[in-house]
Amino acid sequence: MQDITITIIDREGVSHKILAPTDMNMNLMEVMKSYEIAPEGTIGICGGMAMCASCQCYIESEHDLPEKNDEEEAMLSEAFFVKVNSRLGCQIPINSYLNGLKVTLAPAEN
Amino acid sequence: MIKTDILIIGAGPTGLFAVFEAGLLKLKCHLIDALPQPGGQCSEIYPKKPIYDIPGFPEVLAGDLVNNLMEQIKPFQPGFTLGERAETIEKLEDGTFVVITNKGTRHHAPVVAIAGGLGSFEPRKPLIPNIQQFEDRGVEYIIRNPEIYRNKRVVLAGGGDSALDWSVFLSNIASEVTLIHRRNEFRGALDSVEKVQELKKLGKINLITPAEVIGLRGINHLDSILIQHGETQTEEIIATDHFIPLFGLSPKLGPIADWGLEIEKNAIKVDNRLDYQTNIPGIYAIGDVNTYPGKLKLILCGFHEATLMCQSAYQRIFPDKRYVMKYTTVGGIDGFDGSRKEAPKAVIKSIN
Repeated sequence: MQDITITIIDREGVSHKILAPTDMNMNLMEVMKSYEIAPEGTIGICGGMAMCASCQCYIESEHDLPEKNDEEEAMLSEAFFVKVNSRLGCQIPINSYLNGLKVTLAPAEN
Repeated sequence: MIKTDILIIGAGPTGLFAVFEAGLLKLKCHLIDALPQPGGQCSEIYPKKPIYDIPGFPEVLAGDLVNNLMEQIKPFQPGFTLGERAETIEKLEDGTFVVITNKGTRHHAPVVAIAGGLGSFEPRKPLIPNIQQFEDRGVEYIIRNPEIYRNKRVVLAGGGDSALDWSVFLSNIASEVTLIHRRNEFRGALDSVEKVQELKKLGKINLITPAEVIGLRGINHLDSILIQHGETQTEEIIATDHFIPLFGLSPKLGPIADWGLEIEKNAIKVDNRLDYQTNIPGIYAIGDVNTYPGKLKLILCGFHEATLMCQSAYQRIFPDKRYVMKYTTVGGIDGFDGSRKEAPKAVIKSIN
């Protein structure tokens, strides 16, 4: 398995090009946490259960992502700052097809 | 004034298990929690979800883990102040603490253990510019007393169980109930969704979806709201006496952040070499609320931290007493309620 490259624009507008492993059963939220893209306690608060929207991001590239499940749909329907390209990072597993993915982290709720 | 040996702030799994470890040392505990029931996130957020990394439990539902912990600590008769948030702390001259909740309940203890998890759960407030101006003047985030809505016009917003259930409940009290949600689909127990459907057909609930509340109006009190329809993007004014947004809860460290404790990464710094004590002697922080090098926010780590905290608390309360840790298999458990649990004695009998 190989690492893939992902570009993440943080809440301050700074762009980070990072390497993410495809063989560690990680999701996009966890990758962002591991690189401390946002301070601890402001991202991935619910631990990845699609029960908060602290890992909401806007998908900026044209990648084919897995469909949203009911839980993600429901959470995004109650989240703030939602756009048509909003996804929850915790619901996006890191796979080789995501190489070159570009996302912007949505603002924190407070 | 409630008096106890260890005052635990937060009744999640870590706080609950601390009661057990304290009980083995004959220390009494009292817990404060902002939620109306014990269990913290396990009860409030994911009671039906399985946990796989509790040692000895290949799989346990979060809600069952809480029930088990409550059963385990029962002999030690913990006290609870539920539905109240710990607001202020004062260190008295003798080194003991007084903690007062937002409702004014006073607690006095020589040791305070903060097991506050991610913080206290507060309602998520929608991003409507002037919403603060109408708080308690027609806008409520929590329904405390449904009677205030009798014969009033009420608008609720949200797509989860609480929005559905309160719409159903208030349809018998309020003169008019409107439920607004950003999508056509609701996330809730099937019978709640069906009940709302039924009441909509009967004309008892006015359902507006997909739509969003984008503005609030009124002089001293809310008198109408501005909504935007999702499909047409058209706006509409709806006259109402109350607006109740129910968008779930989100955790906030809250007043604890102002207690003079050293905070790092939204968590309380503790001494992990020794006893999980904070920079204020006598105040400990255990479980998800603390941080130290290598910290992992796992329930099992919270249990360990609670155990070491109790040993240190004992030393603090009884500096002159000597104590060695006892195995429960050897010493059994003596509850404060007079109950005793112990390993059955081996039978000594000769075999002829």
